[in-house]
Amino acid sequence: MGKTIAEKIFSQQSGEDVYAGDLVIAWLDFVMGQDGTAPLAINSFNEMGGKELFDPAKVAFVIDHSAPSPLEGVSALHKLMREFSGEKNLRLYDIGDGVCHQLVPEQGHVVPGDLVVGADSHTCTYGAINAFSTGVGSTDLAAAMISGKLWFKVPETIKFQCEGSFQPGVFSKDLILRIIGDITADGATYLAAEFAGEAINNMSVEERFTISNMAIEMGAKAGLMEYDQKVDQWLAGRSSKTSRPVSADPDANYLEIKKYDVSQLEPQVACPHTVDNVSPLSEIENMPIQQAFLGTCTNGRLNDLRVAANILKGKKISPDVRFIVAPASRYVYLEAMNEGVIQTLVEAGAAVVTPGCGPCVGTHNGVPSDGEVVLSTANRNFKGRMGNSKAFIYLASPATVAASALTGKATDPRSYLS
Amino acid sequence: MLLKGKAFTFGNDINTDYIISGKYKFKTLDMNELAKHVMEDLDPDFYNKINDGDMIVAGSNFGCGSSREQAPLAIKHAKISCVLASSFARIFYRNSINTGLPVVECDTSKIDQGDELEVDLQKGIVFNKTKSLEIPVTPLPDVMIKILEDGGLIHHFQKHGDFNFD
Repeated sequence: MGKTIAEKIFSQQSGEDVYAGDLVIAWLDFVMGQDGTAPLAINSFNEMGGKELFDPAKVAFVIDHSAPSPLEGVSALHKLMREFSGEKNLRLYDIGDGVCHQLVPEQGHVVPGDLVVGADSHTCTYGAINAFSTGVGSTDLAAAMISGKLWFKVPETIKFQCEGSFQPGVFSKDLILRIIGDITADGATYLAAEFAGEAINNMSVEERFTISNMAIEMGAKAGLMEYDQKVDQWLAGRSSKTSRPVSADPDANYLEIKKYDVSQLEPQVACPHTVDNVSPLSEIENMPIQQAFLGTCTNGRLNDLRVAANILKGKKISPDVRFIVAPASRYVYLEAMNEGVIQTLVEAGAAVVTPGCGPCVGTHNGVPSDGEVVLSTANRNFKGRMGNSKAFIYLASPATVAASALTGKATDPRSYLS
Repeated sequence: MLLKGKAFTFGNDINTDYIISGKYKFKTLDMNELAKHVMEDLDPDFYNKINDGDMIVAGSNFGCGSSREQAPLAIKHAKISCVLASSFARIFYRNSINTGLPVVECDTSKIDQGDELEVDLQKGIVFNKTKSLEIPVTPLPDVMIKILEDGGLIHHFQKHGDFNFD
């Protein structure tokens, strides 16, 4: 019987011939923790009697969720991470380096065929480069740091076959929002998702990350894609690890195959307070906004900043809007600077903050006020997510966010990018 | 172990940001402090209303969202004895077992706010005392039972030094 990508990676990593439903103990190629989860994992590691890491080269910590520290309590947790990283000789990405899910692939830690866990739910992002990666909690992370292994139930797979070409001004973010709206927040719980088809093949690797990143928002364990030349080129110069590309067999068994044609897709928006509350943008068009946020592990990459700069070049944002930009990493920040993208955004009125997660998770750098409306490129719009339970968060593509920052109200970006 | 408490009901898709908001959880590892803010964005008085042993009862996809283990820990430190839901999000479910918070998957549609509940984890039975109704429970996978029997994943590793499910 043929296998899905998930079944192949778990077979390879457990040394057994396994299929969906089987329970495995599998070897991990990389493990990651961030400043919201690593401190608790350090405690668990010590309580478990952990002495050394299974392989320091396969472990990294990232300080990104509250970076730089806005509070004494946070500073103490960051210090704990720095001390542990020094003692155990693991790679620490400190404040300003970027968001973990940009850094892990960008710095070459993950390649096709890898099995990766991270103590952050959006670890599913690396599925875009053909790795099985999934989020775990701090105690699982501690067990992984000690043993280099974790137990898994091999998931069934739901496949999204995406054909057609996007209209100008419509992006991968719009597609994944539409899919989540259809499947709902728990429609893929315990399942792996595979995204395939012409529409995925035509995307850049960066656009693909946006899709895999949001697989967790429908409950999925991973958001997998096939390996291709674009992945190979993207990894060139980033990673010296050996790729082991994994392809689904033509006779693999899928729980369900869903077909999408992106050609007619309009810009989409996730309305408060759940990610699956998705409508076409047209339904909220002209709704006034007070804050626009461009960044995060979903949409803070170079192509996202470029799209926004294209819309905003030579223009000024609405005086009624605060426009916050957080490049996804130091590398992205520098590249965007070299291209003049940062200059364009700042001239248009953007407030650029340190690469990191702050505004998205409500720790600092842009907490909205009561009753305010935020249009954000992030992946979550839960009540209170940005630090105020009385604010309203809408999720959209970087193009929609930039066009709306310009006008001060929810705006279809297609007229700016045709 | 027989758990007894009153039901506090919530809806579907209760995410980990609602269970413990990001604005608190990045600041401290003091779970007793975090416990005071549990469910705050949904019910600002929740912590003051509950008594030791009370239970959270929810619909589908409880614990969706972030991987924060502070979510089950804050519930546990608020002295909630058990969470019952018609389904759980994967990472939360795993984190609960790893940290020793009892989670029970069952039909929660016949439990109302304030109902007196008894949960027998060994026998896998939920008894709604107020309604004199027995509710069957979805059994845990064997691996999770072994981790729970050891008292959570930390104790499992203390005991075996590694994963040991034989």
